[in-house]
Amino acid sequence: MLSRVAESLLWMSRYVERAENVARFVDVNLNLMLEVTSTEQQWLPLVATTGDHELFERKYGQPTKDSVIRFLTLDEENPNSILSCLRAARENARSTREITSSEMWEQLNTFYLFVAETAARADNIADLHSFFARIKDGSHTFCGITDATMTHGEAWHFMRMGRMIERADKTSRILDVKYFILLRSAHEVGSPIDEIQWAAVLCSASAFEMYRKRHGRISPQHIVQFLMLDDEFPRAFRFCLNAARDSLRAISKTPPGQPGSDPERLLGQLCSELASISAEAIIADGIHEFIDELQESLNSVGEGIHETFLARRTPGSPLLQEASMRDARQQ
Amino acid sequence: MKLSEYEVGDYFDEMLEPSGAPRPATSRLAANLRSLSQEDLAARQSAADLALLRSGITFNVYSDNRGSEKTIPFDLIPRIVAAEEWQRLEAGLKQRITALNLFIDDLYHDQQILKDRVVPREVILSSQGFRTQCIGLNPPRRIWCHVTGTDLVRNRDGRVYVLEDNMRCPSGVSYVLENRRLMMSLFPEVFSSSRIRPVANYPHRLRDMLEYLAPDGAECPRVVVLTPGMYNSAYFEHSFLARQMGVELVEGSDLVVAGGFVWMRTTGGFERVDVIYRRIDDDFLDPMAFREDSLLGVPGLMSVYRAGNVALANAPGTGVADDKAVYAHVPDVIKYYLQEEAILPNVPTYLCSRKSDLKYVLENIGKLVVKAANESGGYGMLIGPKSTKAEHAEFARHIQANPRNYIAQPTLSLSRVPTLCGGSLEGRHVDLRPYILYGKEIFVQPGGLTRVALRKGSLVVNSSQGGGTKDTWVLATDQGPGPLNGTNGGASTLTRMSAC
Repeated sequence: MLSRVAESLLWMSRYVERAENVARFVDVNLNLMLEVTSTEQQWLPLVATTGDHELFERKYGQPTKDSVIRFLTLDEENPNSILSCLRAARENARSTREITSSEMWEQLNTFYLFVAETAARADNIADLHSFFARIKDGSHTFCGITDATMTHGEAWHFMRMGRMIERADKTSRILDVKYFILLRSAHEVGSPIDEIQWAAVLCSASAFEMYRKRHGRISPQHIVQFLMLDDEFPRAFRFCLNAARDSLRAISKTPPGQPGSDPERLLGQLCSELASISAEAIIADGIHEFIDELQESLNSVGEGIHETFLARRTPGSPLLQEASMRDARQQ
Repeated sequence: MKLSEYEVGDYFDEMLEPSGAPRPATSRLAANLRSLSQEDLAARQSAADLALLRSGITFNVYSDNRGSEKTIPFDLIPRIVAAEEWQRLEAGLKQRITALNLFIDDLYHDQQILKDRVVPREVILSSQGFRTQCIGLNPPRRIWCHVTGTDLVRNRDGRVYVLEDNMRCPSGVSYVLENRRLMMSLFPEVFSSSRIRPVANYPHRLRDMLEYLAPDGAECPRVVVLTPGMYNSAYFEHSFLARQMGVELVEGSDLVVAGGFVWMRTTGGFERVDVIYRRIDDDFLDPMAFREDSLLGVPGLMSVYRAGNVALANAPGTGVADDKAVYAHVPDVIKYYLQEEAILPNVPTYLCSRKSDLKYVLENIGKLVVKAANESGGYGMLIGPKSTKAEHAEFARHIQANPRNYIAQPTLSLSRVPTLCGGSLEGRHVDLRPYILYGKEIFVQPGGLTRVALRKGSLVVNSSQGGGTKDTWVLATDQGPGPLNGTNGGASTLTRMSAC
């Protein structure tokens, strides 16, 4: 398929996934406010999770509940607000309509129009919880329609790869930010507030119920194990990377047992590392450092994918000469 | 819905006789309309509006990052064309396209028609659409105008005239297909009881035609649609046609010329392209042959085309036939190449480059429609009776400064079709743009796009200026075996194609 189209598909699903993640962790924070004494400080980590704190500080200064929510939901100037994400997803969808199914386009278009209309209203979001519920629902519906109506070929694999890389990135960021804050109050470990906060970390990744089934009691070590290293929970870092690796191999059609292209090798190494490391070791070496390193590797994978499959090549490159020599029609 | 209060007025009405009785071909539709309540019609109209918005059948108003598109207003009441009348229109369009194709080929080769002084040489040489880069070109199968969207209008006298030929990149056919799909879902009962000719096989025909142009030896030719990109006003259509044909939609930067061929950049390397349905103007096609500053095109494309290693539809250079000063000579062109009289007449046209015509135009500017010869889309136009004295004077100055660039025509009284206006039916002026494909044979899609001027009294049907669209129903002949909607004809074809 066209490199430009593959890139648009990858980013379309990344942006939908990003919007969903923003909705989820803002919603969880809102719930948290009802349960514990809230402080405005509670809101800054949310901006940190998206990595846009510099832009936020320039625009709003001190974080308040309202400014953070505004920034993350409907602020047009924040490229990672829910509104901006869905607008970008829709623009990408618009340029790939001949590849995706009509059902996918109609759902994403309706989804975007809902958020755009909300942003256009004077009172904006009257009911935050139902707004976030619709965002999550819209994203889930989009994934479901994509899986149910689109051929699971190259285009679909690019979409899944984008979704999985985005999800892995966000799960690790949520854990990183929360862990940092919660560790500062390490002397409170075991106190009721702490448990609520840790439960909130799980909820931010829609992981609470599944965690309970797997590990029962809440403990930081098990939470790290579940969110980073579980290979069955669909929002766990390792699960996402495994799925991205499978999609990448499906795209490159590398035969089993062979290392394949640079990003495949790198992704394969990451997956092996995650399969062999333990939560204890991660915590002992420092979780922040561990996640930092993972995110850097993930960025390298992203760059490698771009370089190998999406970058604009120029005539005279080895690939073109190869294509010229064989009859293109015999492929 | 009552038709009794509807005013036919002093116009040709496509649905009703001057007496107010339905025309023979429209009696069934009229009966259907009477059986529907005003509320029912209004409900179906809003269902149609919502469906259009949701499916993103839009045109861009201006480019920014907000995804700001508008839907073209769609009116529920269709325009009906009787079977016998359509036969005549179809024959007239085929005749015209055949002659114009011979004409364009002649202009870029021997120019026999100029030597025989049937068309003045200076009209051609001064035309912006005449491309010297195309002289001596031999397009595949000697076809230049593969896709044409001829604008037809009916005057008060009941006759249908050709208003414009549109041989470059006519747009709008996606609306024909989508309007029909919408109408079939909103009025299934009408379609099952009428013999309306299907339109849905157009993408199939288009793909067949494009594959027919492929360079010799290409067994399974790769066809692509070339778009200027998603901020182009007709992007929806480019994407729609690519999807319906099952081919790639490419932008200029997706293509590259190397080793005498055109390639597209894919995730698995480069793949050869055989046929390009380009929706980019000649000017922007290849910066090495046309405008150097074009970022939309493919450098070197014309050299591959000239060598016969890629086909372009439409061929570059067809714009010469769109020039309104050239248009005036088309009846003579038809007679010259085919030894036949034109079946479809031109609108009488005054050429301001002629001294006597210029004098008449300047003296009667208030009665005439004046058009710039190289403009389209309703721009560069003066409608005398609807303009002020100051506007007349201003246009007169433009004309005197550059007479070659202006033509004038009598103000036609375009026919009307009943149209839903705030709950009641009122007459609104329409034109008709049928789409013609020239491949192995000439195919005229039954019907075409009916554009309607929604503003009361307005004669301008362009979507950029307050126009909307209607479905166009060409009725099948009673004895004809033509496939019908609801049987194994159009609807099922569309479903099948969009499923793959």
